[in-house]
Amino acid sequence: MDTATQPAGLIRPLSRSVLPVLVVVALVAAGAFSFAVAGSINIPIVIVVGGVVNLALTYVVSRRAEGHRRAVDRTATSVITTLMVAALVPLLSVLWTALSRGTARFDLELFTETMRSVVGEGGGAKHAIIGTAIITGLASLMAVPIGTFTGIYLVEYSRGGRLARVTTSMVDVMTGIPSIVAGLFAYALFSLIQGPGARSGFAGSVALALLMTPIVVRSTQEMLRLVPNELREASYALGVPKWRTITKVVIPTAVAGLLTGVSLSIARVIGETAPLLVAAGLAQDTNLNPFSGRMTSLPVMSYYGYAAPGFPPEADYERGWSAALLLIVLVLVIFTVSRILARVLRPKGLR
Amino acid sequence: MMSETAQGTEENVMTIDDAKAPTGDHGITARDLDIYYGDFLAVRKVNMAIEPRSITALIGPSGCGKSTFLRSLNRMHEVIPRARVDGTVLLDGEDIYGPGVDPVVIRRKIGMVFQRPNPFPTMSIAENVLAGMRLNAKRLSRSAADDIVEKSLRGANLWDEVKNRLDQPGSGLSGGQQQRLCIARAIAVEPEVLLMDEPCSALDPISTMAVESLMLELKSDYTIVIVTHNMQQAARVSDRTAFFNIDGTGQPGYVVEMDATEKIFSNPSQQATSDYVTGRFG
Ligand SMILES: Nc1ncnc2c1ncn2[C@@H]1O[C@H](COP(=O)(O)OP(=O)(O)OP(=O)(O)O)[C@@H](O)[C@H]1O
Ligand SMILES: [Mg+2]
Repeated sequence: MDTATQPAGLIRPLSRSVLPVLVVVALVAAGAFSFAVAGSINIPIVIVVGGVVNLALTYVVSRRAEGHRRAVDRTATSVITTLMVAALVPLLSVLWTALSRGTARFDLELFTETMRSVVGEGGGAKHAIIGTAIITGLASLMAVPIGTFTGIYLVEYSRGGRLARVTTSMVDVMTGIPSIVAGLFAYALFSLIQGPGARSGFAGSVALALLMTPIVVRSTQEMLRLVPNELREASYALGVPKWRTITKVVIPTAVAGLLTGVSLSIARVIGETAPLLVAAGLAQDTNLNPFSGRMTSLPVMSYYGYAAPGFPPEADYERGWSAALLLIVLVLVIFTVSRILARVLRPKGLR
Repeated sequence: MMSETAQGTEENVMTIDDAKAPTGDHGITARDLDIYYGDFLAVRKVNMAIEPRSITALIGPSGCGKSTFLRSLNRMHEVIPRARVDGTVLLDGEDIYGPGVDPVVIRRKIGMVFQRPNPFPTMSIAENVLAGMRLNAKRLSRSAADDIVEKSLRGANLWDEVKNRLDQPGSGLSGGQQQRLCIARAIAVEPEVLLMDEPCSALDPISTMAVESLMLELKSDYTIVIVTHNMQQAARVSDRTAFFNIDGTGQPGYVVEMDATEKIFSNPSQQATSDYVTGRFG
């Protein structure tokens, strides 16, 4: 019988503790299955089998206790939750791997030493940390103003004209550029300017700026579109000129989102390896001059540590993992700072 | 004196060759005003004299162009891409669409209150009131600013409710309070004319009464034009009423007639007006 037609009093909802019990039962069953089939606890197998068993259990138990409609509702909720957990698994796995392997060399030396004349043990990532800061910083200096102003133009000034349409589709195309192409472009450009084979931090930041700009344009556009038109009209109706309306009403209202967009774009490029490999190259020592000489960044250091380890290779592996862990920490720091800034700058009324 | 009537047919819907453009005193006269969205003619051939220091109500069925016409009176219409007008609008005898007239200056003289309250979310209550000056980077001494805030909020009947939380966000107020805050913001810049597009449509009856009595107070200083769907409201507050109508979707709206409010509601000259105000359509 359909529960919808039952008097409300007859429905006995499942108690809250039942569903977690089902999850545990499903996971234990899946673990046993995994052990039987693969001879060990294999996490992907446990997740997939456990998810399916849990879905079936949830439906059957809920159907018996609560009827068809509720059972379907619970099953749908479980499907969504299971998929979310499944999406989290790779993320957690990456984090766990970086943590477990990266902490061995995550010491003070990592921040104070370079790789200059280091063979085997010891050495650090100081040169790569400085390189990443310089390259990403210069890239942001180029991409953030260009991208933000382009976004402002597209949303606030262009009235759907041809220039706007061409710009928008160029931005779309740019979003899809493989990063190695940006790197090759920068490499070729600086080969023409500085002579063949020239690699420098600046060439790397040009490549990164190419990748960042469309992201910043896109996020700026989206954030400005979120600002209700009524606010612009309210400002115009007070006799405020357009440029003041943009600088004093539109941008302050959207500033939290704009900052988040910028930090997302930085996070997106700070881990880029391929373009920097090509355009900025590898160096063993600190190079503070972005315009001449190779400059190493964290992802490139990490890559070479694994691709071309010295002897003993473990030392390079460990440094590589520490560099990777440091990158993750950097991205987290960038996000946290931007979250805090966004909270501070958020429109008062929405707090 | 000004008793324009019209015949709701093609050509010239209304003639006001006898309508003297009021000079000084902040009256508005529209002459042969066609209003377009791109190629779409939304309102045609409006001739209307809005008397200074009085309340003029614009009524009519949905989509007949009341908001469009109202927005063309302070050049807010052209904020919409490809929107334009044809004809003249005189403020104190001067064409606001004349060559070399800066729309920004016109909007400082002709303020506007919108249907939905729209306080600036980044600003406090006091900052919202001062927005017209602050956004224009006008320098104000602290005491002058405080005076303006108090005067405008008192003017908008809001002072007592917010005087203890002037530095709190404007969007933390109730809808009715927000609308009165928007009115305070509009009158803080001391415009000559106040345009209100359904200012009470989002408000409860008590806030509506507050806004209405506010309008009656304000009319000794301001020329007020109000769009409303509420017949009682038009009858309660306005001195003169203009009835807009539309012959069908895709057709332009036009003014059927404009007259003293009692006449429109008791004995209009057009059948369409009488049908509308008695609720037979619209
Ligand atoms: N932004 C716009 N772009 C194109 N056409 C518009 C726009 N705004 C309004 N219109 C059209 O102009 C005509 C008049 O609209 P308007 O908003 O002035 O009507 P209204 O009398 O204010 O109606 P309501 O009482 O529902 O507010 C309508 O046909 C409408 O579709
Ligand atoms: Mg309207």
